[in-house]
Amino acid sequence: MWLKTLKLKLLIEVLLMADAIFLALSVLTIGSAIAALELRSLIYGSIALMGTLGGVAGFFLLLDSPFVAMFQLAVYVGSIAVLILFTVMLVKRELIFKKIEDKRRKFAGIALMLVFMVGLGAVIMDSGIKSVTTDEPAVDFRDIGADFLTYYWPALILMALILAGSVTGALVLARREDVESEQRTD
Amino acid sequence: MSNELIDFVIVSIALLGIGIYGLSVKRNAIRMLFAIEIVINAANLNMVAFGRFLPHSGGQTLALFSIAIAAAEVAVGLSLIIVAYRMYQNIDIADYRSLKG
Repeated sequence: MWLKTLKLKLLIEVLLMADAIFLALSVLTIGSAIAALELRSLIYGSIALMGTLGGVAGFFLLLDSPFVAMFQLAVYVGSIAVLILFTVMLVKRELIFKKIEDKRRKFAGIALMLVFMVGLGAVIMDSGIKSVTTDEPAVDFRDIGADFLTYYWPALILMALILAGSVTGALVLARREDVESEQRTD
Repeated sequence: MSNELIDFVIVSIALLGIGIYGLSVKRNAIRMLFAIEIVINAANLNMVAFGRFLPHSGGQTLALFSIAIAAAEVAVGLSLIIVAYRMYQNIDIADYRSLKG
Protein backbone atom coordinates (compact mmCIF):
# COMPACT_ATOMS: atom_id res chain seq x y z
CA MET A 1 0.00 0.00 0.00
CA TRP A 2 2.60 2.50 1.07
CA LEU A 3 4.66 1.47 -1.95
CA LYS A 4 1.79 2.43 -4.20
CA THR A 5 1.39 5.82 -2.58
CA LEU A 6 5.12 6.34 -2.80
CA LYS A 7 5.01 5.51 -6.50
CA LEU A 8 2.10 7.90 -6.98
CA LYS A 9 4.00 10.59 -5.11
CA LEU A 10 7.04 10.02 -7.26
CA LEU A 11 4.94 10.18 -10.41
CA ILE A 12 3.36 13.44 -9.31
CA GLU A 13 6.77 14.81 -8.44
CA VAL A 14 8.16 13.87 -11.84
CA LEU A 15 5.17 15.47 -13.56
CA LEU A 16 5.59 18.63 -11.51
CA MET A 17 9.30 18.60 -12.29
CA ALA A 18 8.62 18.38 -16.02
CA ASP A 19 6.19 21.24 -15.68
CA ALA A 20 8.75 23.23 -13.72
CA ILE A 21 11.35 22.62 -16.44
CA PHE A 22 8.85 23.70 -19.08
CA LEU A 23 7.96 26.85 -17.16
CA ALA A 24 11.62 27.71 -16.57
CA LEU A 25 12.40 27.19 -20.25
CA SER A 26 9.45 29.36 -21.30
CA VAL A 27 10.51 32.16 -18.96
CA LEU A 28 14.13 31.90 -20.17
CA THR A 29 13.15 31.86 -23.85
CA ILE A 30 10.54 34.61 -23.84
CA GLY A 31 12.35 36.78 -21.31
CA SER A 32 15.62 36.70 -23.18
CA ALA A 33 13.80 37.32 -26.46
CA ILE A 34 12.40 40.52 -24.97
CA ALA A 35 15.83 41.34 -23.51
CA ALA A 36 17.49 40.80 -26.90
CA LEU A 37 15.27 43.45 -28.41
CA GLU A 38 15.12 45.89 -25.50
CA LEU A 39 18.58 45.92 -23.88
CA ARG A 40 20.44 49.13 -24.65
CA SER A 41 23.72 47.47 -25.56
CA LEU A 42 23.80 45.40 -28.74
CA ILE A 43 26.43 43.10 -27.24
CA TYR A 44 24.26 42.18 -24.27
CA GLY A 45 21.38 41.91 -26.74
CA SER A 46 23.19 39.30 -28.79
CA ILE A 47 24.10 37.37 -25.64
CA ALA A 48 20.41 37.43 -24.69
CA LEU A 49 19.60 36.15 -28.18
CA MET A 50 21.89 33.22 -27.39
CA GLY A 51 19.66 32.56 -24.37
CA THR A 52 16.59 32.49 -26.59
CA LEU A 53 18.18 30.09 -29.05
CA GLY A 54 19.40 27.84 -26.24
CA GLY A 55 15.92 27.86 -24.70
CA VAL A 56 14.42 26.73 -27.99
CA ALA A 57 17.03 23.94 -28.04
CA GLY A 58 15.77 22.96 -24.59
CA PHE A 59 12.23 22.80 -25.94
CA PHE A 60 13.48 20.48 -28.67
CA LEU A 61 14.92 18.23 -25.96
CA LEU A 62 11.56 18.26 -24.18
CA LEU A 63 9.96 17.25 -27.48
CA ASP A 64 12.16 14.13 -27.66
CA SER A 65 14.15 15.34 -30.64
CA PRO A 66 17.72 15.48 -29.36
CA PHE A 67 19.20 15.51 -32.86
CA VAL A 68 17.46 18.76 -33.77
CA ALA A 69 18.42 20.19 -30.37
CA MET A 70 22.10 19.42 -30.97
CA PHE A 71 21.84 20.86 -34.47
CA GLN A 72 20.25 23.99 -33.05
CA LEU A 73 23.01 24.35 -30.45
CA ALA A 74 25.76 23.79 -33.02
CA VAL A 75 24.36 26.04 -35.74
CA TYR A 76 22.55 28.78 -33.85
CA VAL A 77 24.32 29.15 -30.52
CA GLY A 78 27.66 28.03 -31.87
CA SER A 79 27.94 29.88 -35.14
CA ILE A 80 25.15 32.38 -35.80
CA ALA A 81 25.27 34.03 -32.37
CA VAL A 82 29.08 34.28 -32.54
CA LEU A 83 28.83 35.71 -36.08
CA ILE A 84 26.37 38.34 -34.86
CA LEU A 85 28.60 39.12 -31.88
CA PHE A 86 31.61 39.74 -34.14
CA THR A 87 29.55 41.88 -36.51
CA VAL A 88 28.39 43.97 -33.56
CA MET A 89 32.02 44.46 -32.57
CA LEU A 90 32.76 45.92 -36.03
CA VAL A 91 30.25 48.70 -35.44
CA LYS A 92 31.27 52.02 -33.91
CA ARG A 93 31.14 52.15 -30.15
CA GLU A 94 28.57 54.91 -29.84
CA LEU A 95 26.25 53.15 -32.26
CA ILE A 96 26.30 49.98 -30.17
CA PHE A 97 24.88 51.78 -27.16
CA LYS A 98 22.44 54.03 -29.03
CA LYS A 99 18.83 52.99 -29.07
CA ILE A 100 17.45 53.53 -32.55
CA GLU A 101 13.71 53.20 -32.71
CA ASP A 102 10.59 55.07 -33.64
CA LYS A 103 9.08 56.49 -30.48
CA ARG A 104 5.72 56.99 -32.18
CA ARG A 105 5.71 53.45 -33.43
CA LYS A 106 6.46 51.89 -30.06
CA PHE A 107 2.90 51.78 -28.77
CA ALA A 108 1.56 50.79 -32.18
CA GLY A 109 4.10 47.94 -32.19
CA ILE A 110 3.09 46.77 -28.73
CA ALA A 111 -0.58 46.94 -29.76
CA LEU A 112 0.20 44.93 -32.90
CA MET A 113 2.02 42.32 -30.82
CA LEU A 114 -0.89 42.00 -28.39
CA VAL A 115 -3.43 41.79 -31.22
CA PHE A 116 -1.35 39.08 -32.87
CA MET A 117 -0.91 37.09 -29.68
CA VAL A 118 -4.54 37.35 -28.56
CA GLY A 119 -5.96 36.74 -32.02
CA LEU A 120 -3.78 33.77 -32.85
CA GLY A 121 -4.17 32.44 -29.33
CA ALA A 122 -7.95 32.64 -29.59
CA VAL A 123 -7.93 30.87 -32.94
CA ILE A 124 -5.64 28.12 -31.62
CA MET A 125 -7.62 27.74 -28.39
CA ASP A 126 -10.85 27.45 -30.35
CA SER A 127 -9.46 24.80 -32.68
CA GLY A 128 -9.30 21.13 -31.85
CA ILE A 129 -5.63 20.94 -30.88
CA LYS A 130 -6.25 22.02 -27.30
CA SER A 131 -6.34 18.51 -25.90
CA VAL A 132 -3.85 16.80 -28.19
CA THR A 133 -1.53 14.47 -26.31
CA THR A 134 0.38 11.47 -27.48
CA ASP A 135 1.51 8.22 -25.94
CA GLU A 136 3.32 7.03 -29.03
CA PRO A 137 7.09 6.68 -28.96
CA ALA A 138 9.20 9.49 -30.32
CA VAL A 139 10.52 9.48 -33.86
CA ASP A 140 13.87 7.75 -34.07
CA PHE A 141 16.65 9.91 -35.46
CA ARG A 142 17.55 7.10 -37.84
CA ASP A 143 14.25 7.84 -39.58
CA ILE A 144 15.40 11.40 -40.14
CA GLY A 145 18.61 10.17 -41.72
CA ALA A 146 16.64 7.79 -43.90
CA ASP A 147 14.36 10.67 -44.89
CA PHE A 148 17.32 12.81 -45.85
CA LEU A 149 18.88 10.12 -47.99
CA THR A 150 15.79 8.77 -49.70
CA TYR A 151 12.86 11.07 -50.25
CA TYR A 152 14.55 14.41 -49.62
CA TRP A 153 17.89 13.86 -51.37
CA PRO A 154 17.33 16.52 -54.07
CA ALA A 155 16.42 19.02 -51.36
CA LEU A 156 19.55 18.06 -49.41
CA ILE A 157 21.78 18.67 -52.43
CA LEU A 158 19.99 21.94 -53.15
CA MET A 159 20.49 22.99 -49.54
CA ALA A 160 24.20 22.25 -49.77
CA LEU A 161 24.48 24.33 -52.95
CA ILE A 162 22.50 27.19 -51.37
CA LEU A 163 24.75 27.13 -48.30
CA ALA A 164 27.92 27.15 -50.41
CA GLY A 165 26.58 29.91 -52.65
CA SER A 166 25.40 32.09 -49.81
CA VAL A 167 28.62 31.77 -47.84
CA THR A 168 30.64 32.61 -50.96
CA GLY A 169 28.33 35.56 -51.64
CA ALA A 170 28.67 36.77 -48.07
CA LEU A 171 32.47 36.64 -48.30
CA VAL A 172 32.46 38.49 -51.61
CA LEU A 173 30.12 41.15 -50.25
CA ALA A 174 32.04 41.66 -47.02
CA ARG A 175 35.43 41.82 -48.74
CA ARG A 176 34.49 44.49 -51.27
CA GLU A 177 37.08 47.24 -51.23
CA ASP A 178 35.40 49.66 -53.61
CA VAL A 179 32.65 50.65 -51.21
CA GLU A 180 33.43 54.16 -50.03
CA SER A 181 31.60 55.89 -47.28
CA GLU A 182 29.06 58.44 -48.38
CA GLN A 183 28.44 61.59 -46.38
CA ARG A 184 25.00 61.82 -44.91
CA THR A 185 22.98 64.41 -46.75
CA ASP A 186 20.32 65.06 -44.14
CA MET B 1 5.23 13.33 -22.75
CA SER B 2 3.86 15.33 -19.89
CA ASN B 3 3.30 18.54 -21.83
CA GLU B 4 0.56 18.99 -24.35
CA LEU B 5 0.85 20.36 -27.85
CA ILE B 6 -0.93 23.57 -26.89
CA ASP B 7 1.84 24.56 -24.45
CA PHE B 8 4.49 24.58 -27.14
CA VAL B 9 2.18 26.34 -29.61
CA ILE B 10 1.52 29.10 -27.07
CA VAL B 11 5.24 29.64 -26.48
CA SER B 12 5.70 29.76 -30.23
CA ILE B 13 2.92 32.35 -30.59
CA ALA B 14 4.55 34.48 -27.89
CA LEU B 15 7.90 34.33 -29.71
CA LEU B 16 6.20 35.24 -32.99
CA GLY B 17 4.52 38.25 -31.37
CA ILE B 18 7.80 39.48 -29.88
CA GLY B 19 9.50 39.10 -33.25
CA ILE B 20 6.77 41.05 -35.03
CA TYR B 21 7.02 43.78 -32.39
CA GLY B 22 10.77 44.01 -32.94
CA LEU B 23 10.41 44.12 -36.72
CA SER B 24 7.84 46.91 -36.59
CA VAL B 25 9.39 49.12 -33.91
CA LYS B 26 13.18 48.83 -34.20
CA ARG B 27 15.13 50.72 -36.83
CA ASN B 28 18.50 49.20 -35.94
CA ALA B 29 19.44 46.80 -38.74
CA ILE B 30 21.13 44.28 -36.42
CA ARG B 31 18.21 44.30 -34.02
CA MET B 32 15.84 43.62 -36.91
CA LEU B 33 18.00 40.59 -37.70
CA PHE B 34 17.53 39.47 -34.07
CA ALA B 35 13.76 39.78 -34.55
CA ILE B 36 13.90 37.71 -37.73
CA GLU B 37 15.85 35.02 -35.87
CA ILE B 38 13.22 34.94 -33.13
CA VAL B 39 10.41 34.52 -35.70
CA ILE B 40 12.30 31.71 -37.45
CA ASN B 41 12.82 29.95 -34.12
CA ALA B 42 9.12 30.20 -33.37
CA ALA B 43 8.42 28.51 -36.70
CA ASN B 44 10.98 25.75 -36.00
CA LEU B 45 9.52 25.11 -32.55
CA ASN B 46 6.07 24.75 -34.10
CA MET B 47 7.31 22.31 -36.73
CA VAL B 48 9.09 20.07 -34.25
CA ALA B 49 6.12 20.18 -31.85
CA PHE B 50 3.60 19.16 -34.50
CA GLY B 51 5.98 16.53 -35.81
CA ARG B 52 6.29 15.07 -32.30
CA PHE B 53 2.56 14.87 -31.72
CA LEU B 54 1.59 13.37 -35.07
CA PRO B 55 4.15 11.56 -34.74
CA HIS B 56 6.00 11.88 -38.03
CA SER B 57 9.64 12.39 -38.91
CA GLY B 58 8.75 15.12 -41.43
CA GLY B 59 8.59 17.82 -38.78
CA GLN B 60 12.16 17.30 -37.62
CA THR B 61 13.45 16.97 -41.18
CA LEU B 62 11.80 20.24 -42.18
CA ALA B 63 13.13 21.93 -39.05
CA LEU B 64 16.68 20.83 -39.91
CA PHE B 65 16.31 22.26 -43.42
CA SER B 66 14.93 25.46 -41.96
CA ILE B 67 17.85 25.83 -39.51
CA ALA B 68 20.39 25.37 -42.31
CA ILE B 69 18.68 27.89 -44.59
CA ALA B 70 18.42 30.36 -41.69
CA ALA B 71 22.18 30.07 -41.19
CA ALA B 72 22.75 30.99 -44.84
CA GLU B 73 20.30 33.88 -44.54
CA VAL B 74 22.06 35.28 -41.48
CA ALA B 75 25.46 35.11 -43.19
CA VAL B 76 24.19 37.05 -46.21
CA GLY B 77 22.19 39.49 -44.09
CA LEU B 78 25.16 40.32 -41.86
CA SER B 79 27.46 40.89 -44.81
CA LEU B 80 24.83 43.18 -46.39
CA ILE B 81 24.63 45.09 -43.11
CA ILE B 82 28.44 45.41 -43.08
CA VAL B 83 28.45 46.78 -46.64
CA ALA B 84 25.68 49.26 -45.86
CA TYR B 85 27.45 50.27 -42.65
CA ARG B 86 30.63 51.00 -44.57
CA MET B 87 28.66 53.07 -47.05
CA TYR B 88 26.63 55.13 -44.59
CA GLN B 89 28.62 54.77 -41.36
CA ASN B 90 25.37 53.99 -39.57
CA ILE B 91 23.14 51.02 -38.84
CA ASP B 92 19.90 52.99 -38.80
CA ILE B 93 17.76 51.67 -41.64
CA ALA B 94 16.17 55.10 -42.08
CA ASP B 95 19.53 56.13 -43.53
CA TYR B 96 19.47 53.32 -46.06
CA ARG B 97 16.61 54.89 -47.99
CA SER B 98 18.82 56.00 -50.83
CA LEU B 99 20.48 52.63 -51.40
CA LYS B 100 21.36 52.36 -55.05
CA GLY B 101 23.81 50.66 -57.33
